[in-house]
Amino acid sequence: MKVVIVGAGVVGSSIARVLSQYEELEIHLLEKNADAGMGVSKANTAIIHPGHEDDPDKYPLRAKLCVRGNRIWYQWTKELGIPAKWPGELMVAVEEEDMKVAEHYLELARRNGVPGVRLVDHDELLKLEPNVNPNAAGALWAPTAGLMSSPMAAPALVENAVENGVRFHPETEVIGIKVEKGEVKGVETNRGFIEADIVINAAGLYADKISKMAGIDYFTIHPRKGEYFVFDDDAEPKVTRIVHQTPTPITKGVYVITEMNDGLMIGPTAQDLPEDAKEDTSTSKEGLEFVWEWAQKLIKELPPRNRVIRTFAGLRPEPPDGRWIIDAYDDPWGFINAAGIRSPGLTSAPAIAQYIAEELIQGKLGIKLTKKSHWNPYRKAFWFKTLPPQKQNELIKQNPAYGRVVCMCRTITEGDIVDIINRMKRMGVETITLDGVKMRSGVMSGTCQGSYCRIRIANIIARETGIPLWKVTLKGEGTEYGIGDVKILLREVKENAE
Amino acid sequence: MSETKKFKLTCIICPLGCTIEVVMEGDKIISVTGCTCPRGEEYAVQEVTEPKRVVMSVVKVKGGMFPTVSVKTDKPVPKKLIPEIMKKLVDVEVEAPVHVGQVIIENILNTGANIVATRPA
Amino acid sequence: MQNEYDVVVIGGGPAGLAAAIKSKELGLKVLLIENREFIGGIPIQCVHPGFGLHYFREDLTGTEFIYRLIKKFEEMNIDHYTNAHVLEILPYSYRHRILKVVTEKGILNIKAKAVIYATGARERHMFEIGITGHRVAGIYTAGEAQTMMDIYGIMPGKEIVIVGSGDVGLIMARRFTLEGAHVKAVIELMPYPGGLTRNVVQCLEDFGIPLYLSHAVTRIEGRKRVEKVIITKVDENLKPIPGTEEELECDTVVLAVGLVPYLKVIEKAGVIIDPATKGPVVNSYLETTVPGIFVAGNALVINDLVDYVVEQGEEAAVGAYEFVKNEGLPAMKWKKLVKGRNIRLVVPHYVSEAKDVMIYARVAKPEENVRLRFPEIGKEMKLPFVKPSEMIRIKLRKKDIAKAGDKITMEVVPNE
Repeated sequence: MKVVIVGAGVVGSSIARVLSQYEELEIHLLEKNADAGMGVSKANTAIIHPGHEDDPDKYPLRAKLCVRGNRIWYQWTKELGIPAKWPGELMVAVEEEDMKVAEHYLELARRNGVPGVRLVDHDELLKLEPNVNPNAAGALWAPTAGLMSSPMAAPALVENAVENGVRFHPETEVIGIKVEKGEVKGVETNRGFIEADIVINAAGLYADKISKMAGIDYFTIHPRKGEYFVFDDDAEPKVTRIVHQTPTPITKGVYVITEMNDGLMIGPTAQDLPEDAKEDTSTSKEGLEFVWEWAQKLIKELPPRNRVIRTFAGLRPEPPDGRWIIDAYDDPWGFINAAGIRSPGLTSAPAIAQYIAEELIQGKLGIKLTKKSHWNPYRKAFWFKTLPPQKQNELIKQNPAYGRVVCMCRTITEGDIVDIINRMKRMGVETITLDGVKMRSGVMSGTCQGSYCRIRIANIIARETGIPLWKVTLKGEGTEYGIGDVKILLREVKENAE
Repeated sequence: MSETKKFKLTCIICPLGCTIEVVMEGDKIISVTGCTCPRGEEYAVQEVTEPKRVVMSVVKVKGGMFPTVSVKTDKPVPKKLIPEIMKKLVDVEVEAPVHVGQVIIENILNTGANIVATRPA
Repeated sequence: MQNEYDVVVIGGGPAGLAAAIKSKELGLKVLLIENREFIGGIPIQCVHPGFGLHYFREDLTGTEFIYRLIKKFEEMNIDHYTNAHVLEILPYSYRHRILKVVTEKGILNIKAKAVIYATGARERHMFEIGITGHRVAGIYTAGEAQTMMDIYGIMPGKEIVIVGSGDVGLIMARRFTLEGAHVKAVIELMPYPGGLTRNVVQCLEDFGIPLYLSHAVTRIEGRKRVEKVIITKVDENLKPIPGTEEELECDTVVLAVGLVPYLKVIEKAGVIIDPATKGPVVNSYLETTVPGIFVAGNALVINDLVDYVVEQGEEAAVGAYEFVKNEGLPAMKWKKLVKGRNIRLVVPHYVSEAKDVMIYARVAKPEENVRLRFPEIGKEMKLPFVKPSEMIRIKLRKKDIAKAGDKITMEVVPNE
């Protein structure tokens, strides 16, 4: 049976990984960008939510799959070598009356089966998080909350899926879906037709566009922008727990976290954009000011403004009324939507994948699937800096490139970069991008933001892919590092004069 | 009767950056005021008659540590010739080894200045 | 190559090379550690003249200047590692430090009596100055653009907007123009240019490049690559004035918005940092608040001239020599050098009557016709003008320092 998954974000990649466990499936994972997870998946708060924030009456799928996803990520992050930590989450009641809101979520926790959730008073709050706003009334404590390196998630999932037989097609955009006699036959892409019996739409911000190609056009997806600040890893104060405020109807509110590279991160905003603004990841003065203002309510003080090393924005794919659209249709038969996967999308991705495999493909579509006897859940990935000293020395002796540190801020070696480039090639990435290397290693996202190391990384990519330095791209075609050799403009003038 | 022209310029010879005024009648220099040293006066005179600059750039090199070697004119050249000089450097390719001071192009555009390497390759 | 040295110099740029050369000349066993594959630091990519006016009394390009140092360094056969990175400076005892270094040969633990930290500075980037908008291709820091063009021979872009009119920004405006790019504007936050007047003349006026004073770049726009920037006029408090926004179409933004000492490793060793210089607090031996750790060059304070960087490297070597010879610098009643009127930063922070010292300082605001004074020691000199972008370098003699109590104020006052 031929399966095409449209979109290699964290949802599509999770589906690919889960389906790769089954026999007799030829799985094609299509992605219009140059690499996996370059859209929604890499620019978010990266929280693995406990699952107590969704009302099971209003959002049954979100509630059910978030709790499951949280549990699955505990195992998957280890299997796939995705850096993660499990600090737990504090939903802070800034004022005494916010405790009532917190109680509401305690009730949701109970109903959704989220373990360990309880209310904590002011004293215990300060013990759990010494840098919290000292005037806060109390909080709802959810110990199962985690954080992961979200830019690494989709690439890691795809590497593992490819290892288990999935075919990854980057720079492949679906332009049409062929339906004959009410059944899915395949997808038209910018690189040709791919046959498929099942087409699973996990196209993130563009899921409405893909769904329309299959004739299912009752919904639109609009982008919701979230802006963030990231501070340097030695800026203080930081937080130990995931800290946020009691939610409002539109958003989970601003978070204050210490992200995986050890820097304080605050955000996001929740700004609804028009449907045609799906590429607008620009930050704004107003958005960033909002984040700054609201973050100050949660932490005793923010580090000085000049310790900010990055501001960025991500988009979430909002479906109408916030409900996920996960369904297998009778007409066209074989078309499955996993659309509008907004928060808690990252957390739920593994559970969504399992749901689609079990309840939709096997359940609703009645296709019998047998698990493979041999399936490799592991992705061996390491960075030089995480190894113990003896292993580091052995590694350098085998390959001196591991002794050459190219990114000083994050201590990433040339050996690490070459290893990453080889992984990308093995996975099927055709254009090795600077962002692809950044997502898998954290280079260029530290104190110097690439002002020192970007050219070194670009040189390594150029060497390993046999292209001129200026042709190396940030994120694919149209984002080249340079425009030509240093004499290109004078040469044009010279040639025009002749 | 030729025109009287007044030029106000900032001297670039040293960090003092004196503001110098040059008065000319036609192409004859009548006065130079405001400079605090003879080099400044010399610069001012040059600047109003035929401004000159040192030009620096890079050219391609084969077999060196880097793909380029840095070069400069070994003396100031007329400013108006700079675009021509830059065009002449476009297709230059030298072969390593190159030493500092090595002449890459002799007497560029008949200015009496050579293009010399400023970095070894 | 060995595992124990009198002095380990971290950084192979002009400060480090000068420190290593001087240390060896003083008879110390010295090792230099450089992160890149080549020594020389930033001057390797500085193809423009203006280097060595003081030190060699010649007007050399950065490349010519540094190769003189490199030649001397190589002739002296000083032990050094390239492609090596110091992970940590571990305290061992008062007299020794252990440096954990990653090299192509493995992780080394190198014992050093004194360490001279000469790692230079990093460039400030768009997020530090509050630029919002699209994070697309076509945005470079000036140093990165310079490395691209003048080492690796590639062209960053065609229609350029440069942010910052310090010497770095001005130099790059000229480089880009010479190579055929179109520099549409240089945008400067302050009401005056940041660099030397001679550079404003040679780099902007020569080419007719507009300089927008009292303006800030607030936003970058573009889909895949830069398409335009939004600039705004700023008021006397440097805050954007609403309604003064202007769009400049371009495909490249080059940020020349300042340097900051790069102190990752030395901060973990516990040195105290001066928020004004963003570099370590030092005494007149250029020793930091951690005994045996010295600092020189742009890692200490952002310098205008490479000549000063080299001077500081040599001074730190002298300090290291004293430390090694006597197993530590002598106990001292240090006198604090205090910032008075219109002084924004000054190094060293502590001086003593046992030693002549070279002071490096910057004013906060430009002024004309002033007197530079050290009232407690009765030293005074007239200056025609002072500018934040031009470092003041002045020697204080031991006998003068002895006149002061426990502090010496440095101030700039109008000349009546």
